[in-house]
Amino acid sequence: MTAKTILTYDGSFEGFLSCIFIIYEEKLKNRVSIKRSDQAQDSFFDNLENVPTNETNASRVWEGLISKCGTRIGQLVFKAFLSELPTIENTLMVYIQLAFKNPSKVKGNYSHPAVLQVSKIVKSIGREKHRMDAFVRFKLLKDGLYFATVAPDFNVLPLNAKHFKDRYADQRWMIYDVKRGYGIYYNIDTVETVSLSFSETMLNGTDEHLYVATEELQYQELWRSYFNSVTIKSRKNSKLHVQHVPKRYWKYLSEKAPRPKI
Amino acid sequence: MNFNRIKEKLEILADAAKYDVSCASSGSKRSNKGKGLGNSSGMGICHSYTEDGRCVSLLKILLTNHCIFDCAYCVTRRSNDIKRAAFKVQEVVDLTINFYRRNYIEGLFLSSGIFKNADYTMERLIQVAKKLREEENFNGYIHLKSIPGASDELMYEAGLYADRLSVNIEIPSEKGLKLLAPEKNREDFIQPMKKVKDEIVRYRSEKKVIKNLPKYAPAGQSTQMIIGASGETDAEIMYTSAFFYKKYNMKRVYYSGYVPISHDPRLPSIGTEVPMLRENRLYQTDWLLRFYGFDIQELLNKQYPNLDSDIDPKLSWALRNLEQFPVDINMADKRMLARIPGIGLRSVQKIMAARKHRRLTWDHIRKMGIAMNRAKYFMTCASRNYEIKDRTAAQIKGLILQESSSKYRKTYNGQLTLFQNTLPVSA
Repeated sequence: MTAKTILTYDGSFEGFLSCIFIIYEEKLKNRVSIKRSDQAQDSFFDNLENVPTNETNASRVWEGLISKCGTRIGQLVFKAFLSELPTIENTLMVYIQLAFKNPSKVKGNYSHPAVLQVSKIVKSIGREKHRMDAFVRFKLLKDGLYFATVAPDFNVLPLNAKHFKDRYADQRWMIYDVKRGYGIYYNIDTVETVSLSFSETMLNGTDEHLYVATEELQYQELWRSYFNSVTIKSRKNSKLHVQHVPKRYWKYLSEKAPRPKI
Repeated sequence: MNFNRIKEKLEILADAAKYDVSCASSGSKRSNKGKGLGNSSGMGICHSYTEDGRCVSLLKILLTNHCIFDCAYCVTRRSNDIKRAAFKVQEVVDLTINFYRRNYIEGLFLSSGIFKNADYTMERLIQVAKKLREEENFNGYIHLKSIPGASDELMYEAGLYADRLSVNIEIPSEKGLKLLAPEKNREDFIQPMKKVKDEIVRYRSEKKVIKNLPKYAPAGQSTQMIIGASGETDAEIMYTSAFFYKKYNMKRVYYSGYVPISHDPRLPSIGTEVPMLRENRLYQTDWLLRFYGFDIQELLNKQYPNLDSDIDPKLSWALRNLEQFPVDINMADKRMLARIPGIGLRSVQKIMAARKHRRLTWDHIRKMGIAMNRAKYFMTCASRNYEIKDRTAAQIKGLILQESSSKYRKTYNGQLTLFQNTLPVSA
């Protein structure tokens, strides 16, 4: 029995693609797995090998994948990667190898475990992306910036950028991912990724009245009262409500969050 | 902004508009050109859900709840003693824009009580939509109510600004309408509907020739019927609905279980339960008609004028037509796959794609997310283990009900006892 190789990378998509490159270059084939360096543990039986992120190698793999299998497969791989699930790298490794061998082997081959799993993960990613399209609640700040905080289950903000850019083309906005400590910012021209650190009170909105525009709290109040008056009491169905709006999102939704002091 | 007054009006006029079920914000493409506000990609978004589990996608309000009509089923009827209010055109525009900018909503759903006359009311609704589109450069979704009796010219203008137009026929049958809304006649509902349909047809054909023809109601028309207020059978409701889909190219017909709101002896009294299960079954039937290739006569006919409450309409059709089953999912065509109870259209697509690669077994099917508790009695696959026993329809139904649980169980419990003589059904 030969020892298993564990390739470790820095957590970026390019880093992951660099690992795929190494697998082909060193002909590692089967007895290999990929892990983020902060999750990998040294063990007696496995060889740990750190793969530095290499832009050239990464783009060779990416372009190879696109030209051989098409942009759709590329999209699926990227989206599934954003899930940050613990063993997603290995699933994608199997998937990419299968795709490189024969692209028609992955299209619609739902009886293959990796293909079915990728399709399921991409579906959850799509749902989470869609939830973010829906659940972002902008607050107008004193300087005219529309600001929102979110904490999505998966790292989906890169997928949301286009939607918000197209929609709010004439207003400056920022959506900040509290969980991952970065945000996307639109300056009426382009969307940029920004990492900032905010104070705890700013993120949980306790001293909101200090920095939001004067009419902001009124509009939140109007929205809350609208939300409450559209419920038909005789049809109340809390289970369905929570199913559609899971409780983990509540603190970022102005209609569900506890009321701020005015 | 007079905040307190606006808040009060919003509460009154949102409360009155909530019985309109439609919340669709999909099916219309308006792209944001020249740094305007809003962009509709054709995909609808539900920004929140009310505590009764319904989608909140649009700011759904009445312009006013003053009304000259006295329809028994309606909260804003003239004789009802409630608080009345009316928005100014600009107030609706400001609310919509400010809610939209904060990503609360996809757009506006504007309805109204009828004040003065139909045309006067319709004109006000159009003013709001026009202001949003032309002054605010707004590309979000706008749903306007067509006011029964509004003139053709106004209906044409409305379609230029709105994405969707709708008239609620409310009562499925003419005799019901006579009873509950004697001042209205069916012609008034049909006329704007017909005009909008004709315009949509015209738009589609002229669009082929003239490239930058202004859009006309790109998300089509819809209508709504109240269920359980005037004693129609399911067949009567669904035949009416099928008629509207066919004759007026409806995008959607909505079914709204009647929520008792008055002590009128012509209607179910206050405290009567809202027929939500029935509503659900009607929607299931609606879907079978529009997407699963069923004909209305297969599901509802003289012999079966009402849908079963304990099982879904597809299962109930399958049980009546057992001679067409079991279906081999490795061989069957799309139409027949879609008719297997427990298999939805997504699964049909997955099966069709996957079986190109290999013959599918129970294991594959199960992982694709099919409701096996129903499907297994109606299909075979690449396996020797399948339900070989020759069972009668009643036996299959009993087995399925035994294995399933439904929150509606107590609603139809009474009917289960019918089978207790022949089958050990645990209720």
